[in-house]
Amino acid sequence: MSIELDAAAPVPAAEPTAGREGLRGVPLALNALSKKDFASSQEVRWCPGCGDYAILATVQGVLADLGIARENTVIVSGIGCSSRFPYYMDVYGIHSLHGRAPTLATGIALAREDLSVWIVTGDGDALSIGGNHLIHALRRNVNLNILLFNNRIYGLTKGQPSPTSERGKVTKASPVGSVDAPFDPVALALGAGATFVGRALDSDRAGLAEVLGAAAAHRGASVVEIYQNCPIFNDGAYDAVRGPEALVRLQHGAPVLVGGGEFGVVREASGKLALASVAEVGIERVLVHDAHDPDPSTAFALAQLIDSSGLTRAPIGIFRSVDAPVFDDDARAQVRRPRGEERLATLQAHLHGKDVWQVA
Amino acid sequence: MLALGLISWLFSRAPERTLDYLDRKFASKPTIRDANAAAFRAGYALGETLEGVAVRYEVPPAPAKPGTYRQISGNKALALGLMAAAAKADLDLFLGAYPITPATDILNELSAVKDQGVMTFQAEDEIAAIGAAIGASYAGQLGVTSTSGPGMSLKAEMIGLAVMLELPLVIVDVQRAGPSTGMPTRTEQSDLNLALHGRHGEAPLPVIAASSPGDCFHAAYEAARIAVEHRTPVILLSDGYLGNGAEPWLVPDLATLPAIEPTFATASDLVNGTFLPYRRDAKGARPWAIPGTAGLEHRIGGLEKADLTGAVSNDPDNHERMIALRQAKVDAVAVPEKADLTGAVSNDPDNHERMIALRQAKVDAVAVPDLVVKDPDADADVLVVGWGSTWGPIDAAARRVRAAGGKVATAHLTHLNPLPANTGEVLRRYRRVIVAEMNTGQLLTVLRARYLVDAQPYTWVKGQPISPSRFSAHLLTVIAEEAS
Repeated sequence: MSIELDAAAPVPAAEPTAGREGLRGVPLALNALSKKDFASSQEVRWCPGCGDYAILATVQGVLADLGIARENTVIVSGIGCSSRFPYYMDVYGIHSLHGRAPTLATGIALAREDLSVWIVTGDGDALSIGGNHLIHALRRNVNLNILLFNNRIYGLTKGQPSPTSERGKVTKASPVGSVDAPFDPVALALGAGATFVGRALDSDRAGLAEVLGAAAAHRGASVVEIYQNCPIFNDGAYDAVRGPEALVRLQHGAPVLVGGGEFGVVREASGKLALASVAEVGIERVLVHDAHDPDPSTAFALAQLIDSSGLTRAPIGIFRSVDAPVFDDDARAQVRRPRGEERLATLQAHLHGKDVWQVA
Repeated sequence: MLALGLISWLFSRAPERTLDYLDRKFASKPTIRDANAAAFRAGYALGETLEGVAVRYEVPPAPAKPGTYRQISGNKALALGLMAAAAKADLDLFLGAYPITPATDILNELSAVKDQGVMTFQAEDEIAAIGAAIGASYAGQLGVTSTSGPGMSLKAEMIGLAVMLELPLVIVDVQRAGPSTGMPTRTEQSDLNLALHGRHGEAPLPVIAASSPGDCFHAAYEAARIAVEHRTPVILLSDGYLGNGAEPWLVPDLATLPAIEPTFATASDLVNGTFLPYRRDAKGARPWAIPGTAGLEHRIGGLEKADLTGAVSNDPDNHERMIALRQAKVDAVAVPEKADLTGAVSNDPDNHERMIALRQAKVDAVAVPDLVVKDPDADADVLVVGWGSTWGPIDAAARRVRAAGGKVATAHLTHLNPLPANTGEVLRRYRRVIVAEMNTGQLLTVLRARYLVDAQPYTWVKGQPISPSRFSAHLLTVIAEEAS
């Protein structure tokens, strides 16, 4: 394979935010918390072998590690298997309506700077019935952490094609194969202007925890697509990408390598990204990942490296993490909140207005 | 301006008020001010010198309570009523809205007062607007959403969620002529059925209707008070005629408005160390436990709740108990002390039935003032019942009937759910009951079904307010029939 390369890979910028801007204003826990402190008394009711169990355990661990007060953590979900998530977390939670979690979460985030607000949603919930709310939460850049459990199937309703199912999906609702083209959630999020976009695997606890921790630390809308296996209705959807050979791990400042380092992502003269043998082109020609690049086009090009029809390889990690104005911060900054007598006196004057007359 | 001057002379209006207005309006444009004033004066002078006009009218001021007055539109008054309620309750006010005729001015009015503890959120759609308002209420603010008919249809599922979550929420419907896009700039009262019944499942909620532009303030205040104190979504009905209409308004004194007590839950609400999110107070309201309160972490959602606790449950007996509990509240049966106050998800049929009864009882427990009848000589045979913006046309028609020697009584409903306790008694007191409304008989159907009275409709669906002259003629015919 002969590839014409550009001159040199760009050098990544420094970390855009120091520390944990995403949690600014949220009180810390008085005592150190453990994973167990975040488990509610509810019996967890997902199917045996569901990828959601591993994600739940990882999220509980991540929240404990963040060290924020449990009572200042809110999880909002929509409808679907994954949306039962809040019941299993001993924090404040709302199991809302199908597709609508971002709407309630936006209201909560606008109302209270002192809360860490998380959304748990699925591919049907976030991308089908709730697609509109998702893209608007992202373009506004509301300070939310959106966990999008993607099992590429409708599981709660027992197996229909979802917006991320591959073309030709055979289900009870599509007995001769679906004819819908799928969305790629990462590409969609990048297109909607998301300021933090990550992807992780349900079974890769360390990788998932790293991306979730970074999502929480990011101020603004963070969306994390989690490849989640549904053992009942879409078993093995991600088997092909679970081995180290198929994973394309994105690390800020590191070359993007595939297949255990044998191949690397290179930029062609046309600007497109492609795979090349590292031995052939040399490691210095391999694209160095810059998650903080204000221009999302390279991140979008990385998202295209997914082979969604057969899914034989997939980049995981943090595609993009950039600073931008945060909707709820800016909206709150416009509001003044007088209290008590001052508020009543101001309002009484406002009730009178400028043009009054007296009746004796 | 020339015509205004002439009309001002014809009706004996002093010209100073208009001239003062022109001075203020065009203070920075003296040329335009002077041209307008000259035209106005010329029209006034024309009246004085024109000998062709034989009659000149003098209209005395309408009788009004003493006090300070201003001009107010319904939408503005409604926005002020919400602000007043939030201020008296010491809550921040949150409006989630999507632009829609004729409700948009509420969004505009509240967006202009962000310096007074008001946040407005122009959402991506009607559903997001109410969703964000519910989120804000959950977080401890007074959540409000404002819309018109098409938006109400879109919000229906969220209103059902709010019934289930039992959080404060005010849903403002400035009605317009429907169905579908209908006649957006024309008025109608055709969303009453939707307000009372437009949700899947047994989902009762209080419904309040404003009767005049200035009354929009008081109706909004009342809706917010009920929402906050009873932890329930409340639908507030206005309409295009009220929202865009204006009238002189006695400026209320905030100090005299009734108190509103939000009373957030605290650690003292724990029962043996456990928080019971669906344990109810005497009004049937559950605790408002806002995030950030340690020890009260809990989960709520659209799934049926186990009474008291909030645990996920598919136990059939619990479901049945919840249904029975909701019903029991309607029947004014005391809630069992230790039954089911947890807020856990439950598919228990008993529980479901009890929860339905409890939610209904909560609505029924809203204290509603008695229906007041205006029957000057207490000897009318015919009663006209109205609600919402028909108050003005009905009152005008009744005055015409009385001026023509007819006897007619009127009664106007502000609280449409629950209805005043004396409604049935009032209806049965009269030989003929006419329900006048700008739809094809939605309140009529409710009253006939609820009270088994043979009320008759006077319906008007022209996208305009009821004509007092046509309605008074109709009433005189009915009165004559009764007399013969």
